[in-house]
Amino acid sequence: MSDRIFGIFGVLLAIGYAFAALAIEESFLSDAVGPKAFPLIIAAVLGLASAAIALRPDPEPVWPGLMRLVEIIAAIVVLVLYAELLPVLGFIIATALASGYLTWRLGSTPLASVVIGLGTSLSIYAIFHLLLGLALATGPFGF
Amino acid sequence: MDTLTSLADGFAIAITWQNLSLALLGCLLGTIMGALPGLGPSNGVAILIPLAFTLGLGATPSLILLTSVYYGAMYGGRISSILLNIPGDEPAMMTCLDGYPMAQKGMAGEALSLSGIASFVGSFLATWGLILLAPQLVKIALLFGPAEYFALFTLAFATLGGVSSTNQAKSAFAAALGLGLAMIGVDTQTGVPRLTFGEVHLYDGIDFLVAIVGLFALSEVFIFLEHRHGESDAAHRKIVIGRLWPPLSMIRQSFGAMLRASGLGFLAGVLPGAGASLGAFLSYSVEKKVSDRNGTFGKGDPRGVAAPEAGNNAAAGGALVPMLALGVPGSGTTAVLLAVLLSLNITPGPLLFTRNPDVVWGLIAALFIANIMLLALNIPMVGLFTRVLMVPPRILMPVVAMVSFVGIYGISGSSFDLLVMVGFGVMGWALRKLDVPLVPIILGTLLGNAMESNMRRAITISDGDWSALVASPLSIALWAIALAGFVLPIVVGKLVKTRMLGARRTEQAEEMDVTD
Repeated sequence: MSDRIFGIFGVLLAIGYAFAALAIEESFLSDAVGPKAFPLIIAAVLGLASAAIALRPDPEPVWPGLMRLVEIIAAIVVLVLYAELLPVLGFIIATALASGYLTWRLGSTPLASVVIGLGTSLSIYAIFHLLLGLALATGPFGF
Repeated sequence: MDTLTSLADGFAIAITWQNLSLALLGCLLGTIMGALPGLGPSNGVAILIPLAFTLGLGATPSLILLTSVYYGAMYGGRISSILLNIPGDEPAMMTCLDGYPMAQKGMAGEALSLSGIASFVGSFLATWGLILLAPQLVKIALLFGPAEYFALFTLAFATLGGVSSTNQAKSAFAAALGLGLAMIGVDTQTGVPRLTFGEVHLYDGIDFLVAIVGLFALSEVFIFLEHRHGESDAAHRKIVIGRLWPPLSMIRQSFGAMLRASGLGFLAGVLPGAGASLGAFLSYSVEKKVSDRNGTFGKGDPRGVAAPEAGNNAAAGGALVPMLALGVPGSGTTAVLLAVLLSLNITPGPLLFTRNPDVVWGLIAALFIANIMLLALNIPMVGLFTRVLMVPPRILMPVVAMVSFVGIYGISGSSFDLLVMVGFGVMGWALRKLDVPLVPIILGTLLGNAMESNMRRAITISDGDWSALVASPLSIALWAIALAGFVLPIVVGKLVKTRMLGARRTEQAEEMDVTD
């Protein structure tokens, strides 16, 4: 079933891609092929491959249970927040929060998570910023 | 003679204090990454590319660092195969078969150092193979025009799934997805924006480094979260190493195995669609046919450790041949190394050898240096590397995620790229669950623009005649190989795959019978 849904999604993606490719504005100065042809070929391959996947599905993969799925979605939300808040909070605080969360969800005790989160953040800061001179995001406190 | 002078020049470039210390650092990091389950050569190198890039290292130093990581990871994969019966990376799977039984017999140290020697022999011979074969391939590649290149790119995609691929539709899907992503951005030939949907951030296209780090490194974090696999596999086991140096008789006994396996592995690495895993598999099965007279294979025969290790390291060297000479990688890790070259503004291919001989020969010299360092590091310090197995993923995986973010943020300093990377991480997780290979996606994003411009150039030269793509005998031959490479796995793929897995299962079943 997963492969059938995936294949149908792929076909729709290919159709969308083909439409987006047809919408490319041609420049008045163009080579013999133009900017549309290759994307259209790709859309065709994408569509054919997806149709083949939908018609001849593989055995069903093992999907995680609802709880595990929520776990992954929560992690995605945390990483998106991390990406957005990095320039706001600065590297050390944002990284300590994000890595603390991840290690907690992977099974560290709450207290250990705080320590590991801070440790991860500070050691990356020390190695990459202080030692190697890489520019990291600076927050309101300058770190 | 020419070759030797060039090689000497290469050593002159590679031997500086900075380069030697980078090689040492790369070897250490690589071995650790190879040993850790969940980090292999591809994602290890992937995480480090943006870092090497943002640190402002030049072309040759970055290449030295990253190829040392690559070779190091090939060495490191065997450690957890032998000690824990869990392959550190996919090519090390066959090393479990005899390595783990040896460890159970209390010969872990011997197995580790013997496989270290085998890895050295494999890589050493393969590097010589690279030196001898790559310039010959360059001579052929110089005959290629745009139409032939277009056919060659197609060939690379068609065979990337490999002979053990079970679902070619999924490989084709992945390749088309990668190529499709590469099209995003301003068209280089006419200057019109394509598929950007008005988003200014997309005008430059999607940075392939963002895609690689997201797909390889972040998706791994999600996999670990899904299984809540936070504790180390080595946590409750007692690891006894024993003596560190194998008896000379054992080396002598398995030396033939190493030589045979190096040859086979190298071939598997050079040929499109084979790669290191198949190299290891072939080496092991052939060695078993040749030497297994008393039925000792699978029960801790040293030759069964030496053969696959020599084989997969030789394949790693062999895979560099098409990558450097043609600019078309045949495996996941060489695709990542191609990304390194492209981000340094070096285009691999036949012209690389004439235009940037310093890069090519510096790299080859670096391979020799890394190899010797790895042998020197791996035998006395193997005890230290086994400690690495104790690091639990609950600490390791957040570090992997955060270092990925640091690298990508270092390149662009924009949150937008970080969001795109998270998106690729999620996509990588879902595609892995659906058994869609990720390497064609990477290769597509890397080669998409070159592939398109070769096609357009070929057709423009012939004034809009599309049959120009199949006009020369050379391109027809390439198309024929591409077609065969795509169709063959549909016929034999299942068979090869079941054999590879089956070999592992029957050996383990037999081993159970013995220990019970």
